[in-house]
Amino acid sequence: MKKSTIAIYNFSVVAIALLIALLMGAVLFLIAGGNPILAYHVMFTEPLKGAFGISEMLVRAAPLMLVAVGVAISFRSGILNIGGEGQILIGAVAGAFIALSFPNVPKYLLIPMVFITAFAGGALWGGLAGWLKAYLGVNEILSTVMLNYIATQIYTYLLRAPLIDPQELAYGTGIAQTAQISQNAWLARLIPGMRLHTGLIYASLIAVAAYLMLWKTTLGYRMRACGAEPLAARYAGMNVRRYLVLAMLLAGGMAGLAGGVELCGVHRRALEALSAGYGFSGIVVALFGGLHPLGIIPASALFGLLIVGADMMQRAPDVTIPAHIILAIQGLIILAVVSCRIFLTHRGIRERILGYFSRHKED
Amino acid sequence: MAEKIELLEMKSITKRFPGVLACDSVDLELRSGEVLALLGENGAGKSTLMNILYGLYKQDSGQIFINGCEVTVGSPLDAFKLGIGMVHQHFMLVPNLTVTENVALGLCHDRTFSLDLEKVRYRVMDVSRKHGLAVNPDAQIWQLSVGEQQRVELVKALALGANLLIMDEPTAALTPQEADELLDLLREMARSECSVIFISHKLNEVRRVSDRVTVLRSGKMVYTGPTQELSDSELADRMAGRELRDFSRRVYKPLDENIALSVVDVHAKGDMGFNALNGVSFDVHKGEIFGIAGVSGNGQRELAETINGLRRVQSGNILLDYWNITNQTPLQIIERGMGYIPENRIHEGTIPSFSVRENLILKEYDTPRLSHKGFLNREKTRRFASDLVFNFDIKTPDIETPCASLSGGNIQKVILAREIERSPKVLIAVYPIRGLDLGATENIHKELLKITESGTAVLLISEELDELLSFCDRIAVIYEGRIMKTLWARDTNKQELGLLMAGILTPEPAQKEFEEERA
Ligand SMILES: Nc1ncnc2c1ncn2[C@@H]1O[C@H](COP(=O)(O)OP(=O)(O)OP(=O)(O)O)[C@@H](O)[C@H]1O
Ligand SMILES: [Mg+2]
Repeated sequence: MKKSTIAIYNFSVVAIALLIALLMGAVLFLIAGGNPILAYHVMFTEPLKGAFGISEMLVRAAPLMLVAVGVAISFRSGILNIGGEGQILIGAVAGAFIALSFPNVPKYLLIPMVFITAFAGGALWGGLAGWLKAYLGVNEILSTVMLNYIATQIYTYLLRAPLIDPQELAYGTGIAQTAQISQNAWLARLIPGMRLHTGLIYASLIAVAAYLMLWKTTLGYRMRACGAEPLAARYAGMNVRRYLVLAMLLAGGMAGLAGGVELCGVHRRALEALSAGYGFSGIVVALFGGLHPLGIIPASALFGLLIVGADMMQRAPDVTIPAHIILAIQGLIILAVVSCRIFLTHRGIRERILGYFSRHKED
Repeated sequence: MAEKIELLEMKSITKRFPGVLACDSVDLELRSGEVLALLGENGAGKSTLMNILYGLYKQDSGQIFINGCEVTVGSPLDAFKLGIGMVHQHFMLVPNLTVTENVALGLCHDRTFSLDLEKVRYRVMDVSRKHGLAVNPDAQIWQLSVGEQQRVELVKALALGANLLIMDEPTAALTPQEADELLDLLREMARSECSVIFISHKLNEVRRVSDRVTVLRSGKMVYTGPTQELSDSELADRMAGRELRDFSRRVYKPLDENIALSVVDVHAKGDMGFNALNGVSFDVHKGEIFGIAGVSGNGQRELAETINGLRRVQSGNILLDYWNITNQTPLQIIERGMGYIPENRIHEGTIPSFSVRENLILKEYDTPRLSHKGFLNREKTRRFASDLVFNFDIKTPDIETPCASLSGGNIQKVILAREIERSPKVLIAVYPIRGLDLGATENIHKELLKITESGTAVLLISEELDELLSFCDRIAVIYEGRIMKTLWARDTNKQELGLLMAGILTPEPAQKEFEEERA
């Protein structure tokens, strides 16, 4: 069988999965009392109609991409990171602390400092789960989800007390957010008047770097070996536990960077709900991108579109469907993509389907 | 219970995989009460043909008839309903379940909601008692050796009440005694009007058990007829299309005075926490082939793992080239010059989802030969892998094919190629020729002899007494985690080894020698 045939096949399977998810979503729209055709129309075309929509879509793509690349790295190494939410928050608040503490450090130093701290914060949070799994056998799904709760509480506490914006106290409004960070830590905006910022470029570069790391370096080779067959990896002299921890450090660090991107690129302060569900959506993006960093780049753009589209759909006058329904659609997409993996990985099924088509071509 | 299979016919079965034609219009016929041996080299298409009959693969063209009616076997469940059972070349058991639960998995097709484990357990004990297949119904699969797992597979197929049994290299992992018993069992089943398809690379077994043989070569059927009609060498000719010799012979030469591997009074625990090694001692000299004979489950696997740093040494010492490697990490031991061909070739010896290329570089990827400053050199790894594929005659469509889709013998060749190529100081080879066809066996033996010429010491753990006797310089017999005795291969014979393997020390003189050696 030709490689190109297989590639076309894989692509069609994923496209059909997406289609099925959207069809099931249409049922939800109907239940919510909306017109699914109209809703989807708004969702998929409205954002692409102008620079604003595209900019917003790509603003969402940047953190999604970072989280998803981390998920792909962890997954390839045999551990699944569900803790993106918590890692984003810890990364963001760590970055905010640095940015607020050193407002006068010049830009070219402060931005790297903030991002290194954000990475370290997320890495700490992820690495903890990795360590628990590697050395104490704690299931990473449980530990990362639990660590999400802890992170949220710590984050809220920090924003409400020690790091709260002094002005909030002064005016007595008491919104839980930090003061605006110094201009020296802001990421440059790419288009005047739009929120699209350089974070997207950094995220794409990191995705490419992750690809090179996983497939071109000995480190990536080891990580993939440990993930694919720990017994054989150990046999070949690899310290499987160490690579589990490393994978989670990297995955957490990537999510931490996503927090940093939101902090310096979008909000310019740490505020509640900064993670915006990216930690979970990132998992969907990773699966949708085939757990491959280069597949994740377009996948995150698509999901950025979904999120912004849902937002616009809610605001469109004649649609009347809440944007939160996008969460349900995301769930459906996860189900569809995960279920269609059997078609991608099971050679027998693939042959049967392709055989069926080639027979019909001959007829 | 399914209708009795009086006549099974497979007609012009063709099956193509990416880059290979695994079965090319193959015909096969089997009557009840008959044992048919299916022969062919590694990668000839035997397992593929049987997987089609068992419903795991779907043929591209061709039909299957049972008692004259065409049937479709779309899944193993269909096969089960038709009364077809299969023991796979690579065991297909769930590691975290017990033996009973694994059998129950096969049974629960028809009664989805009521599962009486007690009854299944009883059935397992019943079958194992009736056929003399010792299995512990409550043991978890991961605790069992490969040989024991093979036995569980057999019990499973029998407990499910198949009346056509497909056995894909069932004896490859059994001890000679177990294999003997199995062959008797198969004959007895044939007498009770079952039919059996039996795959093996061992011609003596084929001769003992089968009525007819069908020979495949590169996916084509090249011969079918009564077993007695052809001599061993004629059969081998049919399979390979060329002449083959017997086991390579070791030419006697005195031992080198340098000791490559020294194991001194080593104690270690098994998976279940019992003592698996109770003070094992021996020396392997440079360039020597040192055999360990024994019934599997007497500490061989544990011995190999302890030497390779994969299992803790409780007490005692292991020296590699006079360097103490006791309880060092596997990596340190590999870097000191140790090579290891593990028993579990699918999950330990290879990474199934990785390509042949990625598997071949598993121990060399981090050396200047293949990488530079942490970056793999794609061109170099490709050349490295292609050379090995060529030199060891690994049958694969290309080097980027996942290892999992190679035939059993070819997976084994990948491991052998990788380990032999490194010319380690010491090579631990556990059942290295298991599942290899005659040509490949000869080839591997030649390669092993070649590396001993350049000073590599080989520790050969095997149950094949013929292989050990003709191929080793010295043989130690292991029994219940102890070395019973170490003998010169040219001074001993099968009978003596057989007794020692059963834990029986021949009376006076030998006993004394044994005491002396231990002292
Ligand atoms: N799932 C698969 N995908 C691709 N190729 C396969 C697959 N299974 C088998 N093959 C190829 O088909 C050919 C026949 O393989 P098969 O396993 O039937 O050999 P075999 O006769 O059982 O050999 P052995 O004695 O080594 O077990 C081989 O070239 C193998 O690489
Ligand atoms: Mg086979």
